[in-house]
Amino acid sequence: MKILVCIKQVPDMESKFKVNAAGNWYEETDLAWRMNEYDEYAVEQAVQLKTQVGDADLCVLCIGSDRVKETMKKALAMGCDRGFHIADDESHLKDPFAIASLIAGYAKEQSFDLIFTGMQSQDRGSAQVGVLVAEMLGIPSLTTLVEFSYADGEINAKRELEGGIKAKVSCKTPALVTCQLGLNTPRYPTLPNIMKAKKKELLSTPVAEFNPVAAILETLQVAPPEKKGGGLILEGDPAELADQLIKILKEKTTALA
Amino acid sequence: MKTLLIAEYRDGKLLGTSSELINFSAQLGAGSAMFLVGSENALPGYSGKLYLAEATPATEFNPGLHKQLILEVIAKEQPQMVVLPHSSYGWDLAPRLALALNAAQISEVVEIKDGTLVVPSCNAKLRRQVKATTDISVVTLQGGAFTPADDPTGAPEVIKLEATSGGDIQFKGYEAAAATAVDLSKAEIIVSAGRGIGKPENLQMIENLAKALKGEYGASRPVVDAEWAEQSRQVGTTGQTVTPKLYVACGISGAIQHLAGMKKSEFVLAINTDKDAPIGEIADVLAVADLKQLVPILTEKLNAL
Repeated sequence: MKILVCIKQVPDMESKFKVNAAGNWYEETDLAWRMNEYDEYAVEQAVQLKTQVGDADLCVLCIGSDRVKETMKKALAMGCDRGFHIADDESHLKDPFAIASLIAGYAKEQSFDLIFTGMQSQDRGSAQVGVLVAEMLGIPSLTTLVEFSYADGEINAKRELEGGIKAKVSCKTPALVTCQLGLNTPRYPTLPNIMKAKKKELLSTPVAEFNPVAAILETLQVAPPEKKGGGLILEGDPAELADQLIKILKEKTTALA
Repeated sequence: MKTLLIAEYRDGKLLGTSSELINFSAQLGAGSAMFLVGSENALPGYSGKLYLAEATPATEFNPGLHKQLILEVIAKEQPQMVVLPHSSYGWDLAPRLALALNAAQISEVVEIKDGTLVVPSCNAKLRRQVKATTDISVVTLQGGAFTPADDPTGAPEVIKLEATSGGDIQFKGYEAAAATAVDLSKAEIIVSAGRGIGKPENLQMIENLAKALKGEYGASRPVVDAEWAEQSRQVGTTGQTVTPKLYVACGISGAIQHLAGMKKSEFVLAINTDKDAPIGEIADVLAVADLKQLVPILTEKLNAL
């Protein structure tokens, strides 16, 4: 069985974001980078599937500068067999359509039985790439999964809907699934597995070799949201803060009445 | 400008998002038509053409079929924009339509600015103003961003569509939400724990503060996903929607899914180390502090009152 998992490297969302000089994305310096949280669930599910079926080849794909190889190594340490890196220093300027075209171009040649992606990225948050890849390949896609099982060429899964309701769905492979938070418990790579991952194949190919298509979505401006004001910001010593808060709760709410 | 609005229906009910689609289209100054796989017994308030296919177990969740039906309607109506809610239905269907139409998709629109659309990035810490370069675009709307002041009225002109079954995805029914042991929707005071509590042991201090305030404790999604708190405590889109008199958000950054579940609270106190956290946008008071220091002191002082 051939399995692909697509991951993205994103900044830690607790970071302070500054707009870049071109005004079309965030400034990439001074950020801590990690694997997109949704993709951690995708990698974990792919590794569990590989363990379940035994005879499987699990490839992890990532697009971006050389910096993203660190995140790919984490996926390899979690249990992926090999890495395929599409080297692109300008991947942040590509829209979901252009990114999906690159992935579909690679996946078409490889004929994967199953493709895992996160349901969205934490930075761009479009929730488009996975479904677009499946549509480009002409295979079914199940999105926003919080439960996944596979047997004999068939996927049975549950999609998360609003209000805690789930929809039970199934389809045949080849297929693509997008993973929601809470699908599983992503493992932490162990030290021996981190060491082993260093010897695994990690191929880099320049993006130009994939004949990238042009973006169809243009970014006009990036800016922090306008502060709506209103809220009072308090800082200082915890004990003094606590006194201030109690005073406010007494004056503005009935909580202490 | 003309839009095609894709309304949403589930398990015998029309979902409330159709009023947001109508309001968005009106704000753009566009004419519109609507599409729904639903029921004649649950029609939206709307004065316009509604293309309706009957929802059956085989057609209700069937993205391939919905795509085909919508493409037929688009061929007739020739809209420049297809608008869906940014929901589990909308974000699943939108890219399928976008690719078939060679259209750019704009996800999770929060605002119309100078005739172009604005979307959030990086956990709402940034906003991007974007423009589709294609003749037709597909747009999804963030829940609540275009809620109208008054619900739209009117009776739609219904045009029936024939929905066949089939397709490569089988829908096998719904699983109800887990029974909620705690009904947070009736709580007057809620103290909620977010990822910022750091480790499961620290949930106790949140519970203690809730007790000191004679309220219930809640949790954000990451805390529930990490199994530090039960799902029945979850506040947000996929958990409970709450409207307490006081909501204390401890270590909650304020992802939109969480805000959607608590923004109607009368008074919001946020405790967060990050002054720029999006929770600050809706908090009446933001105490910039480490909750692990502030919460125990606050609890102690409250207990001493």
